Amino acid sequence: MAAFVFYLFAAAAVLGAAMCVLQRNPVASAMWLMSTMFSLAAIFILLGAELIGILQVLVYVGAILVVFLFVIMLLNVARTSSDLRGPASLGATVVVAGLLVVELAALWQYTPRRLAADIAQAPAFADPARVFAAGAAARQATAAQGVVGALAAPLFQTYLVPFEVTSVLLLAAIIGAVVLAKRNI
Amino acid sequence: MPENTFLGPSLALSAILFSLGVAGVLLRRNAIVLFMCVELMLNAVNLAFIALAQFHGAGGQIMVLFVMTVAAAEAAVGLAIILAIFRHTQSVDLQNINLLRG
Amino acid sequence: MHLTHMVWLAVALPVAGFLVNGALALWRPQAKTAVSVVGAGVLLAAFVVALGVFAGLSNDPSQAPVIVRLWSWLPVGRLKVDFAFQVDQLAAVMLLIVTGVSSLIHLFSIGYMREDPGYARYFSYLNLFVVFMLVLVLGSNFPVLFIGWEGVGLCSYLLIGFWFSDKVNADAGKKAFIMNRIGDFGFLVATFFIWRAFGNLDFAYVSEHAATTLAPGGAVVTAITLFLFLGCTGKSAQIPLYTWLPDAMAGPTPVSALIHAATMVTAGVYLVARTNVLFAMAPVSSAVVAGIGAVTALFAATIGLRQYDIKKVLAYSTVSQLGYMFLGAGTGAYASGIFHLATHAFFKALLFLGSGNVIHAMHQAYHATHSHEDAQDMRNMGGLRQYTPVTFWLMLIATLAIAGIPPFAGFFSKDEILAAAFARGADAPVYYVFYGMGVLAALLTAFYMARLMAMTFFGENRTGERERAHLHEAPWIMTGPLVVLGVLSVIGGAINLPPFIGGHAALEHWLEPVLEPGLRFSHLAMPTGSAEYVLVGAAVAIGVIGLWLGFRVTLGRSIPVARAAPPDRGFARVLSRKYYVDELYDALVVRPLVWLSRVVLWRGVDQRVVDGAAVNGAAVVSRLAGGGLRLLQTGQVGVYVVLFLVGAVWILRAVMR
Repeated sequence: MAAFVFYLFAAAAVLGAAMCVLQRNPVASAMWLMSTMFSLAAIFILLGAELIGILQVLVYVGAILVVFLFVIMLLNVARTSSDLRGPASLGATVVVAGLLVVELAALWQYTPRRLAADIAQAPAFADPARVFAAGAAARQATAAQGVVGALAAPLFQTYLVPFEVTSVLLLAAIIGAVVLAKRNI
Repeated sequence: MPENTFLGPSLALSAILFSLGVAGVLLRRNAIVLFMCVELMLNAVNLAFIALAQFHGAGGQIMVLFVMTVAAAEAAVGLAIILAIFRHTQSVDLQNINLLRG
Repeated sequence: MHLTHMVWLAVALPVAGFLVNGALALWRPQAKTAVSVVGAGVLLAAFVVALGVFAGLSNDPSQAPVIVRLWSWLPVGRLKVDFAFQVDQLAAVMLLIVTGVSSLIHLFSIGYMREDPGYARYFSYLNLFVVFMLVLVLGSNFPVLFIGWEGVGLCSYLLIGFWFSDKVNADAGKKAFIMNRIGDFGFLVATFFIWRAFGNLDFAYVSEHAATTLAPGGAVVTAITLFLFLGCTGKSAQIPLYTWLPDAMAGPTPVSALIHAATMVTAGVYLVARTNVLFAMAPVSSAVVAGIGAVTALFAATIGLRQYDIKKVLAYSTVSQLGYMFLGAGTGAYASGIFHLATHAFFKALLFLGSGNVIHAMHQAYHATHSHEDAQDMRNMGGLRQYTPVTFWLMLIATLAIAGIPPFAGFFSKDEILAAAFARGADAPVYYVFYGMGVLAALLTAFYMARLMAMTFFGENRTGERERAHLHEAPWIMTGPLVVLGVLSVIGGAINLPPFIGGHAALEHWLEPVLEPGLRFSHLAMPTGSAEYVLVGAAVAIGVIGLWLGFRVTLGRSIPVARAAPPDRGFARVLSRKYYVDELYDALVVRPLVWLSRVVLWRGVDQRVVDGAAVNGAAVVSRLAGGGLRLLQTGQVGVYVVLFLVGAVWILRAVMR
């Protein structure tokens, strides 16, 4: 059952991504990208990251994509002739993206067992449960503290400084966006 | 250990989505669509993070949080830049933006 | 106060003097009183400290060297060089000589340099020189000694060219510097050899392990000692690198007394004594040292016969006396070399300072009448005995000392060196030749010193009618130090009285702990009994004959003043032109080098290769490369992305394997 759901959403995500790339109209592209992001949110939840899945919907779909659509409509660039590049670019794309897929496709073979073996640098396949004690501990924490609590504790303890720096980054981004977008300040 | 972690399929999906994002960046000239493709690549990476977070603990998920934040910041600033460029050249087509030609 | 504290204090005091005087020279050059107090005061204090060190060392029954490690200087791999001082019996003797003579000469300089606008600069250089000289004698390993070695060379250069607005003086400074570089090359090569052979550069280690590490008489120890001696020939003005020292007289006279007679130029002798075990293990090198010393002693003495500049005579005399010291060191009588070093420091400093008084008087006289005659030319002097009586009597003492007349200091030290060379002749007959040269040089020494005294102080005065009224003795601040040196020149021999007149060779016994490793290899049976008395008698007779001849020949005919003097002819001309050695070096080394630099290195290498090929070539290559690469800079974001991704794919390929 879980496998069926996973592959369903995976297929939807790939389809959405492909259509996003190929659609001539930017608004349509954005819509297809939205479907990809919804699918990814579902997959996140399937992979045990419930909070991230929710945030994916809220932040990406709810905020970022809306801003994209807003800008597209603001600039009124929705109806344009095809902006696909010429055959030279197409060739470059096929070669580069093809090579990338071939290289990254090696990841398909990764199983928890193999990952454990790689990480432990063990010649034989080790027991993933022992190698990935952190993962097991995280699951226990989730069971004990709930989905949000298990994530909040490390976020505000171990990752406190990056967290605070990120808030400064956001502030800078807000100011930068205002300065760039406003005609006369 | 849950009985099905989808590690390999998740990583493969991440690879495919990332490559599609790359293809989009290479193929499209519309700056806004190009940006969307960059977001797609970031999402693909997020997927890899989540898939591996099952084994490495909450760090991966927290990293995804940071990626999302940075992506939001990047989208805000990037779209503002596109806005400023559009005001300058009346276009978002990258072919018309070549001030850096040597 | 403990010995270790006193050692660094002895060096720190002149350092402080240098810093204060240097600051004054930069910002308050007119504060001459402060400069005098600081400049001479730190030296007197350092001399007191040196006395303390000496007392501390003589009370120490272990006789072991005291090593003061200040900091770790060069810890590189296996090479571990500490900035460390070593006080042993030899260093203590040198410490006393350097600080003592320096103090006197600083006091003298207060009077001599009083009118000079560069007064503060002069004293800061002089303090700096003492710093480096003390580092040289106190350094506990070769690199630290080399700091002092180079530093005294630097100060020598600065002080020779002290009146640098005159090109001759600046050139003399450069000459000294370059000649010393050749010697320093030898010193460095020797240091590298020692490092290779021992793996350690400490003097204590080398002298302790030399016997087990090196084969006596072997190629390695011979090479080490010959290269070390090359360094000594540069610093101590021996053949073939002696020509800088006479030119160095361009500096102020107290500088000549301190650096170019009493202390720095004796550094080579000190180095040989310091590494005595190495020289003792290399008989060939020792013979070379003794031979070069004997030849230099004779050669320089002959040149001294026909010089008219009073300081030039003393300069060649210094070269000659240094030759004696090396003759002693090469013979294996290291203690005698050091003994002669000490007595020579007394009487030669006295002679130079006395000549300074004479020049001072002559200069004042010519200055008062606005005459442009040469104040240093002895043909313009004569009869100065009645105008500068104190100087005359003191210089007479020094003359008797250098001529080897008993009981003055020079007699004992010179006699010991000659006796040692004679004794060594029993093993190696070539030393009889060296002994003969030494005796001949002693005769010439007495002769040219008598000539100097006769031309300067005896006969009738040739200074000039009007100038004569202005000739007068120097002030007490200048004659005072001379009196001290005069006393030392008389009684200086007492530090190492030979047994045959009831002494017990105190200096030799004192230095025994340092020289013992070398003496183990080449024991020297000094002549005793009748042979000794014959040698001593011959030496005294030669001194007396030389003095008598010198006075007689010089006073026997009238001397024309410098302006009206006819040019020398025949062999006298060869002597007064210093055997044309400078001209020879000029033709053999300087001019080919200048030609090479001008034609090959400048026009060829610099203009063609460096400017043409390297500099312009680099420009052409960058311009062509830029012209090609700018085609990549299309301004199209798509192209940049493709290039970036190609790189990313490439890197990923390597990572994913």
